[in-house]
Amino acid sequence: MLKVENLVVRYGMIEAIKGISFEVNDGEIVTLIGANGAGKTTTMHTISGLLKPASGSITLDDKDLVKTPAHEIVSMGLAQVPERRRVFAQMTVEENLELGAYTRKDKEKIAEDFKMVYELFPRLEERKKQPAGTLSGGEQQMLATARALMANPKIVLMDEPSMGLSPLLVKEIFSIIKDINSRGVTVLLVEQNAKMALEIADRAYVLENGKIVLEGTGEELMNSDDIKKAYLGG
Amino acid sequence: MVFFSYLISGIGLGSVYAIIALGYTMVYGIAKMLNFAHGDVIMVGAYVAFFMLSRFGLPVIPSVLITILATTLLGVTIERLAYKPLRNASKLSVLITAIGVSYFLQNGAQLLWTSSPKIFTSIVGNGSLSLFGGSLTVDYATLLTILVCIIVMVALTLFINHTSTGRAMRACSEDQGAAQLMGIDVNKTISITFAIGSGLAALASVLLCSKYPSISPTLGSMPGIKAFTAAVFGGIGSIPGAFIGGLILGIIENLSKAYISTQLSDAIVFAVLIIILLIKPTGLLGKPMSEKV
Repeated sequence: MLKVENLVVRYGMIEAIKGISFEVNDGEIVTLIGANGAGKTTTMHTISGLLKPASGSITLDDKDLVKTPAHEIVSMGLAQVPERRRVFAQMTVEENLELGAYTRKDKEKIAEDFKMVYELFPRLEERKKQPAGTLSGGEQQMLATARALMANPKIVLMDEPSMGLSPLLVKEIFSIIKDINSRGVTVLLVEQNAKMALEIADRAYVLENGKIVLEGTGEELMNSDDIKKAYLGG
Repeated sequence: MVFFSYLISGIGLGSVYAIIALGYTMVYGIAKMLNFAHGDVIMVGAYVAFFMLSRFGLPVIPSVLITILATTLLGVTIERLAYKPLRNASKLSVLITAIGVSYFLQNGAQLLWTSSPKIFTSIVGNGSLSLFGGSLTVDYATLLTILVCIIVMVALTLFINHTSTGRAMRACSEDQGAAQLMGIDVNKTISITFAIGSGLAALASVLLCSKYPSISPTLGSMPGIKAFTAAVFGGIGSIPGAFIGGLILGIIENLSKAYISTQLSDAIVFAVLIIILLIKPTGLLGKPMSEKV
């Protein structure tokens, strides 16, 4: 479904991503794990078009994403839950969700999706008239996730959904990710919390200093000694 | 009664400031830039309206519509040619460019239409409404200005809060990156904002010149600066702020002219601005930026 090949991204003279290749197949949960500064968010932003790569290719169902402007990528079926959620704080929960469906014209299906996300996140329905900035961190993460689902995506990119949340909430968020995946949405998950990510992932890639150094199934990596030492605390 | 007549003409003047201030505040809110050429768009609007009404003898409504069309096109063109290439440049470069555009328009107008003032004919005539047995008179231009300002405010508020484009504009003003992730075309949204602001400038020019009929190439500078002040006063980026800021500014200006000193009125207006900003740096309705992590 999503295919990244020989991707190179530069910030001025600094090469943040040094030629990485990976792919996400239909229906999978694939995770990209790595330490702070490994290039995870840079990769996400390049896929969703906020950054343009120096070279390499990104395709979604064989359609080129590199030449597509960021705002047209959503309607191709790719939505993102950005790092630090980036909900529209001054707008209500409901308005945030409506913005998630901004590119869609199918009113009836949008109404159904509203029902679907409110079922998935009952707390958002309780707070739909509240400005998003007044929600707690966990609720904002749910809102950002629900907002991405409102785009009716084939694939969702999730950037550090566990950041700043309590262990209990992290668990809840990860079970939601699995739930979303079981509804047929492909997931590309970027995480520092390697343990949780590997547990739910079908396949995983390890990113270090802008390069992919290891790949395998979630289980394989979980049992790899290198990973245990570097990311799982023993 | 004399006080009320000063107050009402203050509200009239303030309504013009409010309509102009909307142009500054919306563009600032979404493109995060100060469009100092906005006042000069008003000046161009005044000339266009003058030619339509006095030279071509068109009726009022077509003349106003043509003026709106002209300033809208002008605003969008300025944005496309002068500001869009600087989207990723420093704020200072954009600011200096805006000042450059302002001088360009003023000098262009001088070249085309000379600097000798032309006399604008009020679109509602020079009559006035007599109230309380003649003890209170309000001229039609002032009445119309207040009415238009109210209509503009209501329409704009509905548009911003209840349409998909309005939501997109608010999203861009909060976080352009996240807005793009929603599928919003930021460049198009900025163009729409310039179009609305410049279209409102046309209304402001017709209303302003119906009350103060002498038009010249520098006509836009002073109301432009006052309206900018009103926008800052109310909290730049805030639409109700521009409205309240404009009204308060107009009232203060008119009352100080009436009761304190004609020469000092501008100084008083700016002194009040400074005091307000010392007490509340974000302006009356400006929101302090807060972020929850």
